[in-house]
Amino acid sequence: MKRLLSLLLLCLAVPVSAQTGLPPAPYADRQLDDPQQETAARDLMEELRCLKCQSQSIADSNAPMAGDMRSQVRERIAAGETPEEVRNWLIERYGNWVSYNPPIDSAVTWPLWIAPIILLFAALWLARGRFRKPKDRE
Amino acid sequence: MIAETGLIALWLAAALALLQFALGAIGLRAERNDYFAAIRPVAVAQGLFVSLSFVLLIWLFLRSDMSVRLVVMNSASVKPLLYKFAGTWGNHEGSMLLWVTVMGLAGAFIALFERSLKRQTLVATLAAQAFISLGFYAFLLVSSNPFERMFPVPAEGQGLNPLLQDPGLAFHPPTLYFGYVGLSVAFSFAVGAMITRDVGAAFAKAMRPWVLGAWIFLTLGITAGSYWAYYELGWGGWWFWDPVENASLMPWLAATALLHSVTVLATRDGLRAWTLMLAVVAFSMSMIGTFLVRSGILTSVHAFAVDPERGSFILALLAIYIGGAMALFALRVGTVKEGSRFELVSREGALVANNLLLSVILALVFIGTLYPLLVEAVTGEKLSVGPPYFNLATGPLALLLAAVMAAGPLLRWRRDNPKALLNRISIPVLATAAALFALALFTTGMSILSLLGLALAAGVGIASFAPLWKRNLRRTPIHTYGMVIAHFGIAVALVGMASESSFTEERLVAAKPGDEITVNKWKLEFEAIEPLAGPNWTALEGRMTAQYGDGVLHEIKPQNRMFAAAQTQTSEAALLTRWNGQLYVVLGDGDSEGRWQVRVWWKPFVTLIWYGGILVALGGLLAMVGRLRRGYKQRKQREFAEAML
Amino acid sequence: MNRWLLWVPLVLFGLFFAAVAVGLMMPKDNIIESKMVGKPMPEFALPSAIEQRPALSSADLKRGKPTLLNIFASWCVPCIAEAPQLLELQRAGVEINAIASRDTPQDVANFLNRWGNPYTRIGADTTSKVQLELGSSGVPETFVVDGNGIIVHQHIGDIRQEDVARLLELLKDAE
Repeated sequence: MKRLLSLLLLCLAVPVSAQTGLPPAPYADRQLDDPQQETAARDLMEELRCLKCQSQSIADSNAPMAGDMRSQVRERIAAGETPEEVRNWLIERYGNWVSYNPPIDSAVTWPLWIAPIILLFAALWLARGRFRKPKDRE
Repeated sequence: MIAETGLIALWLAAALALLQFALGAIGLRAERNDYFAAIRPVAVAQGLFVSLSFVLLIWLFLRSDMSVRLVVMNSASVKPLLYKFAGTWGNHEGSMLLWVTVMGLAGAFIALFERSLKRQTLVATLAAQAFISLGFYAFLLVSSNPFERMFPVPAEGQGLNPLLQDPGLAFHPPTLYFGYVGLSVAFSFAVGAMITRDVGAAFAKAMRPWVLGAWIFLTLGITAGSYWAYYELGWGGWWFWDPVENASLMPWLAATALLHSVTVLATRDGLRAWTLMLAVVAFSMSMIGTFLVRSGILTSVHAFAVDPERGSFILALLAIYIGGAMALFALRVGTVKEGSRFELVSREGALVANNLLLSVILALVFIGTLYPLLVEAVTGEKLSVGPPYFNLATGPLALLLAAVMAAGPLLRWRRDNPKALLNRISIPVLATAAALFALALFTTGMSILSLLGLALAAGVGIASFAPLWKRNLRRTPIHTYGMVIAHFGIAVALVGMASESSFTEERLVAAKPGDEITVNKWKLEFEAIEPLAGPNWTALEGRMTAQYGDGVLHEIKPQNRMFAAAQTQTSEAALLTRWNGQLYVVLGDGDSEGRWQVRVWWKPFVTLIWYGGILVALGGLLAMVGRLRRGYKQRKQREFAEAML
Repeated sequence: MNRWLLWVPLVLFGLFFAAVAVGLMMPKDNIIESKMVGKPMPEFALPSAIEQRPALSSADLKRGKPTLLNIFASWCVPCIAEAPQLLELQRAGVEINAIASRDTPQDVANFLNRWGNPYTRIGADTTSKVQLELGSSGVPETFVVDGNGIIVHQHIGDIRQEDVARLLELLKDAE
């Protein structure tokens, strides 16, 4: 039942104390002028996990550090880096944890990506005996 | 005295549950008819006592009895009445009592009104239901007594967290509980049927209303929860694939599959073992969901009232119920006669496809949710599985499922001609192709999944009404209308989802009063910032006007709220709904130069997501009414015929 | 139907049960460790955070002698708790450099006046840029850096009394 209550309590409600008084980094809440770059940055931000408030993407989080990460993402994309380069830059520092998109070529996450195929085949195999052959002519 | 009475009623109910279980278990073994006769009144009495206990707890909350620990911890005397009332189940103990109360009432209901089931199966079902309840009684009485007193008596309670004081709390959790309990009844039916090896159409017909009812409540609960998250959290999102959300989605997926397989069992006496398994899985998913949320085992779940000890208790219950049922399944189902077979191209074939796709989606959500836990336990590495995975893994399967949904109702039972199907479905297919063509031509930058989703929704929307084609609409059974509306609701929700994800426009600006913000055809005038005081908060309120094209001026007032007691800050988004979408405005922090962070979204057709959900639930309700009416009529006819003989 | 197939659900459930039972018993932590441990210090150059101390750049961290790099902030409560331990380390002859996270010169100066200043150099990281470079996810954090600028250890959270000896040992090993 508490699907929401949880989120409400720890993520949305920013504790007022113990936070920096400094303004957020320049591009934390400022969109890039180029709409295509902004879309790319936005899509990436939705797939990066906030380090402070752990059940949110940095796009959704109000934590100052998430703002700084957003700014980094926008600045790097504006400087011509591809979203994948930015993502890898963060994974190099924080591990796969920081990306909501588990890599396909990692020793521990590839089973996730082949799971859909295996499960589909398992399902078909399970169902194979249930059907009668259509009678030729009736 | 109220609290003591409540506790005594709870103990009595627990004792009656034990008696109910013993009567059933011994009666079945010894084939004692007098035991069978006694089990019904015992079940009714259990339902009454546990309800009394719950009503007394509500009473304690309503009169703010500060000598009861639970009231002190979760209520305050100055709270609005609605939240005192909802506060009863806005906590661990109260929600567990609500759960076991609904379960007791369901048992009483079965004892009173279930007439079509074989006697042994009914007794076994009631015994299984009592067995499940016993676990919850033990949980309440041993480790989470809701009636515990507190000394010294404090003058005032600690209050419900201000953030939870939302009508959503009164509605969302109980709705999900009703759904879970409905699935527990289906589970008890399945266990009963496995014990007596009586799996057939009569069993399916007895179980179906409970599955339908549970499914309606789950649908409503998830829809309401999604909208609550959407307007309350202020991120403009409606589904985050958060583990807690997945925990509520998994029972729904299982219930949806069960709903369709039980139809095959009721109509064609097929899919016997599979339906039993699904009934077990559906209830397992609600227990597992409760466990995941309450134990706080998943890092990403910042659930409140998380308690590993309670988590262990729920896990133990889970092991007994689910492990037991699955062992029973393995031992007994081999001797249950296999149901009738059918051809691939047939209504049954489509329903099997539905079941397999739903099961695969369910398994993927399950794996994706628990995978980080598994990896960390084995390798110590931390990783995240989020929206990119779930969307990519389940999205294509969901679209395939929607296509099957369009075709299924147009197929005949047992066997059909593939060519005839193509003939019947030609218009929806053309509509999908036309929509695909138009979208490819007139839009840019849509993701493939959204593009296909939107195009498919057009076809599915039309196809959902096809079962009514050329039929006498007045003689069409009500449950057929139910199916049509539910399937149409899925298409509607699909449009909303695809549209929201493809066409949402966002503006982030640092604006001064007097500035104008534009997004799509909307013009927003930022007029002023005003301070505002509420009962337990102060806020800064943005005064803005919004205009769509040359339309009417609307006032909107997003707020930035500070709760004094909790030292927390929240944004209250302002939402403006038009027929073609929603304007979503969030007021952020101010800076030293008098500018305010304003975040504006225009979300075309986003409301269709929840209207779709409501339509689906409404369709379920019609199906249930239709089924119950038909069952009632048939029984009356049968009784009449028997009386004539 | 194959009889063994009927046992598959129970086996899967058993696996699930084992996984969550282990998960339930594992101590819960939300700590995200930096993957930069064992790698060279990323290049950076931060301006000075207060007048009394010079600025900090990555070049300052590879001068042949192992150093500590402490990330702190005046608005961070645990940073106050670790201040005595940092002073103790400084007295033991350790060079401690610092990054002030999202802070103003005035606040940093006040903080150091009140709780003591064990730092040789203090760089001001106003937008968490260097913190992100380091793979650090909060304050306070302390990195042990060897004389060649290789990060050998990351200490997350405040330094307690019992951590001092271990940090000294790590610094010695890094020589």
